[in-house]
Parts: sequence; C-alpha cells; structure tokens
Amino acid sequence: MIPGALREAVARDGETIVYVPRERLLDVMTWLKETPGQDFDYLVDVTAVEYRDRERPLEIVYFLRSLKRRADLRVKVELQASEDLWVDSVWGLWRGADWLEREVFDMFGVTFRGHPDLRRILMWETYAEGYPLRKSFPLRGRFSRAEQVRQALNANPEAHYSLEELSIADAAGDLPDEMRDRLRRGERGVIPEPPSSS
Amino acid sequence: MSKRTVELALATPGVDAEGHPTRVPLTTGEPDLRDEHMLVNMGPQHPATHGVLRLVVELDGETVLRCIPHIGYLHSGFEKLGEYRHYNQIIPLTDRTDYLSPMANNVGFALAAEKLMGIEITPRCTVLRVIACEMSRIISHMVWLGTTSIDLGAFTPFLWAFQERERIYDLQEMWTGARLTTSVTRVGGLMADIPDRFVEKLREFTQTFPKTLSEIDRVLTRNAVWVGRTQNVGALTAAQAINYSLSGPMLRASGVAYDVRKDKPYLGYETYDFDVPVGEHGDVYDRYLVRLEECHQANRILQQAVDRLPDGPINVDDPRVILPSKTRAMSDMEAMIFHFKQVMEGVKAPVGEAYVGIENPKGELGNYVVSDGTAKPVRWRIRPPSFINLSALPKMAEGHLLSDLIAINASVDIVMGEVDR
Repeated sequence: MIPGALREAVARDGETIVYVPRERLLDVMTWLKETPGQDFDYLVDVTAVEYRDRERPLEIVYFLRSLKRRADLRVKVELQASEDLWVDSVWGLWRGADWLEREVFDMFGVTFRGHPDLRRILMWETYAEGYPLRKSFPLRGRFSRAEQVRQALNANPEAHYSLEELSIADAAGDLPDEMRDRLRRGERGVIPEPPSSS
Repeated sequence: MSKRTVELALATPGVDAEGHPTRVPLTTGEPDLRDEHMLVNMGPQHPATHGVLRLVVELDGETVLRCIPHIGYLHSGFEKLGEYRHYNQIIPLTDRTDYLSPMANNVGFALAAEKLMGIEITPRCTVLRVIACEMSRIISHMVWLGTTSIDLGAFTPFLWAFQERERIYDLQEMWTGARLTTSVTRVGGLMADIPDRFVEKLREFTQTFPKTLSEIDRVLTRNAVWVGRTQNVGALTAAQAINYSLSGPMLRASGVAYDVRKDKPYLGYETYDFDVPVGEHGDVYDRYLVRLEECHQANRILQQAVDRLPDGPINVDDPRVILPSKTRAMSDMEAMIFHFKQVMEGVKAPVGEAYVGIENPKGELGNYVVSDGTAKPVRWRIRPPSFINLSALPKMAEGHLLSDLIAINASVDIVMGEVDR
C-alpha cells in the first residue's frame, strides 16, 4: 500500500488504481516519482471522469509509468461536484502535465493550483458556455445555434491575442484606452454598424 | 587618419576600462533595435504549420525568444460525442482524429473496448490488425517525410513519398472501400476480411518499398543542406523528453528505448522479429533517422505478417458482440433477434475501466474507456500523442532561428485532427 493512499483497486485491464485524498496528492506524487524502487518518472496522461450517476464524485485520473521498471500505475483523486473543484498541479514534477492539466481545466472546470499558465486550450479564451465534458453540458452546447452564430460573427481578431502577447509587441500601449480595458476584461470587440447609405 | 574616420569605419569610439574596444551603432539617427522585440503571428492558415496550428512568436531579430502555440481550431468534441454513441459507432470517430493513420486508430479503440469486455480476438484478426497498424505507420511516416522535406526545401522526396503512400491507399481502398475513413475494426473483429489479391499486392509492395526508402536515404541523409538544417536543431535530452511526456519517435530520438510494441506487447508483437531504432542527440536529424528506420522495420513486420497469416474466422463467435450475417438474420429467428438487439441497443460493456496504449506512428495512442454497464461509455479519452509532443514545442524552439522553428515544428509530426480532437 502506498503511504497516503485511501484505498487500492484493480481495473479491468489489470492495472492498479490508487485513490488519494486531494490534500495529499502532491506528497504522494513526489514520493512516487522520487523514491528509489518506485521511480515513476513518466506521466502518461491526466484526465477526468464524471459519471452519469450524480452521486458519484468526479475523478481526476493520473496515468504514471516507470520507464526504468516498465511498470504502470493509475492514481485517482475524487472530487465532490458540490464543492470547489481544485487539485494541486503536478506541473512541478512533470512538465508534460502543462497542456494536459489545461485541457482538464478547459473541459471540466477543475482548477489546478500552482499551474503557471492555466488558460483554456481547446476552446477559445472568451468561451462562455461552460465546460463541455461535464455531464450537465448538453451535447449541442448551451447557447442556441443562432446565439453561437451571432457570437462567432461578432468575434474580433484583436481578442485572439492575449494582453500578454500584445505587451510583448509593445502594442498594448498603442491601443485606445477603451480597447485596452476591454481586452483586460477578456471581452470581444463590437463590429461597428455600417454607415447608412443616405 | 583623423580620430573620427576610425570611429566610423570600425565603430570603435575608444576602449573601455579593461582595454577592450567598445562598439556603438554606426548610425545614431535610427533607434537602437536591440531591445525591440517583435511579435510574429504564424498561422492558423500557413502551409508550414501542418494544419490549423497558430504560433505567436516573440522574436529578437531572427531569434525565437518565446513561442506560444494556440490550438483548438479543429476541435470537434469527439470525446463528448463518444459518450452518446455505441462502442461500434465510436470507431468512425477514431478515423477522424489522426487521419493520417486511420487504421491504427481503429485498432487502438477496438483493443480498449475488447479489454473492457474481456473479448479474445481470433488469430487471423490479430495478424490482420498488425498489418493494418504497420501499413498506417508507413503512410504516416511517408507524409511526415514528404512534408518535412518540402518545408526544408527538398521537393523530390515529397513526390516519392506520396507515390508510396498512394500504393498503400490503394490497398486500404481494396480492403475497406475507403482511402481515408477506413473504420476497419469492429469490437471483436473486423469490418471485412481482406479481398482476393490483397496479399499478393501487399507482398509486391513490401518487396519494392525498400528501394524507395534507400533512394530517399541517398538524397537526404548525407545532403549538406538537409544536415545543416536539421542537426543540432531542437534537441532535447533524454531526461527532458521523459519529463515532457514525449512518446514515439520523438522519445526514441532522444535516446530512450521505449516502444509499446516491445515493452507492453499487444496483438502478439512479441512474436515478430523487428528492431526499435533509438537516436542519440534528440535533434531533428535523429528524429528523421528514427522514422526512416521505422519504415524499414514496419516493412519487415508486414512481410512476416503476410507470411504467417492464418486461415479462419475474423470475428469472435459471440452473437452478442458480432452481427450475424445478412442471410442468417433474414432466415433465422434467433439471429434476427440478436441483430435487432445489437443495432438498437449496442454491445453492452461491464462496469469498469480499461486503458490500452498502442504504438501509433506519432507516439503512444492511449484509449481510456470507462463504462457504467450500459452500451455507451461514460468517458472515452484519447491520449493524443501529437498533442503531448507538441506541448514541448516552446521548449524546443527557444533560442533558435525563426526558420529553424519550421524544421522543429515539422519534426514533431503533428496532425491537427488529433491535437484538437
């Protein structure tokens, strides 16, 4: 039994699953990575599972591998959907967790504490419909097709740069005050009405 | 010579405290450009980004200081859609993720679903799936080789590579009727057996393909331009490659000998005789060498698979999993009931979860399926190899020239259908 684990189980494919409380996650992961004899130096995947049964907690699943020992392990953290969804980021242990955690954040709305750059990754930054892979999210999205089209047409290319990127180019200073405030709040621009042809 | 003339010609107005000449800009009218960083936007519509990848690059002169990838332009929500589909209905979705190696994706998902349900596939099906996987490896690497060489200015290997790919596509078309969206597997078997003359044609391919590979090898491997553009470019050490969770040729080029086919064998790969090429420096050139050698090895596996292809059924003998034949469904009451139940309700999986990683051309493709006992998965997760490999791009591009960024990005071998899913 791994120290700090709540319980262990065996999946249908024969792999061991270890359930860890979220407060101990970082300790357990550090132990797994750095203890000789464990050597889980490779993070295969990070993902989340939400069950159709609302009573069951949401699970964050980490797939670990020891390249030295050619062994796999699955670590799970259970989060109650009613409380705040957060876990500690394992970015400090494995850089590969960077985009994987961003994807879980994007798709499930789970916050990874300590992640240096937790932004949406597959959906755009101003996406307002919620978290697509949650079971409460309808397959066709929350907004009507008409609303989605309206938002897509109103999208302003300037909002496709983050403020950070614009400040690299020293462009942030050149923007009109109104536009800069808007970008800082993450809002899109408004397409001006065409001039009347009178 | 006056002092001022010397200043202008050599741009050394004098010496500093330690006796070294100090340089100043030749002209003082222009502002000093050293601290001005430029922001360049590449993509999403750019031929060298291999799809709809957008890179925002911070440049100091021509040197990349920072590269920020933006992805998601091709996001289709396959994982969400999979939660509303039967297991067999998910297989067409897998074609469209990594569309450069569709057959291998079909196999990956079918293996995960079968592991979840505890199904043992037949020997003939196993060998045919190996053929499907290795054919995919060859076409995927051929596309990679062709597009990368064209990115770096070599046009001829592109034509050769695509010609070979076309021959495999003809074989896929013979087998499945489709060139790209093959959907060749079913849970517990295959969509169809291989047609007549398929084995003959495949054997002919495996005999002539190495000639093209050696021609590509002769044009590129010792080509001064190719070597200059790829060696020491985008290098990652073994420790970095592991820490960034790279897989497939990217990991092996950095010197880590991990291949799922050898280390966690599936489909009986342990019974085939093949080698796993491993690089040394982890740069673009080593990735090229690894992929080129993998084509040779895939060809070897194909030859062995064709030789050992056993006779027998392609599907498991279980009416709850495999559709009965059309004639039986039309004439036999029991077969018709099974047919009806399968089409209307789908194949039910027991409660549990299964992860199967297979060695796709791009890296380790994982399929993680969680079931709550119904015919539709609760969660279907694809571990996308090119998504994870791409996440190391900012690290690899740092400090290189903008033109090297093209080479590095090409060496990752991304396919945006899989990155964005």
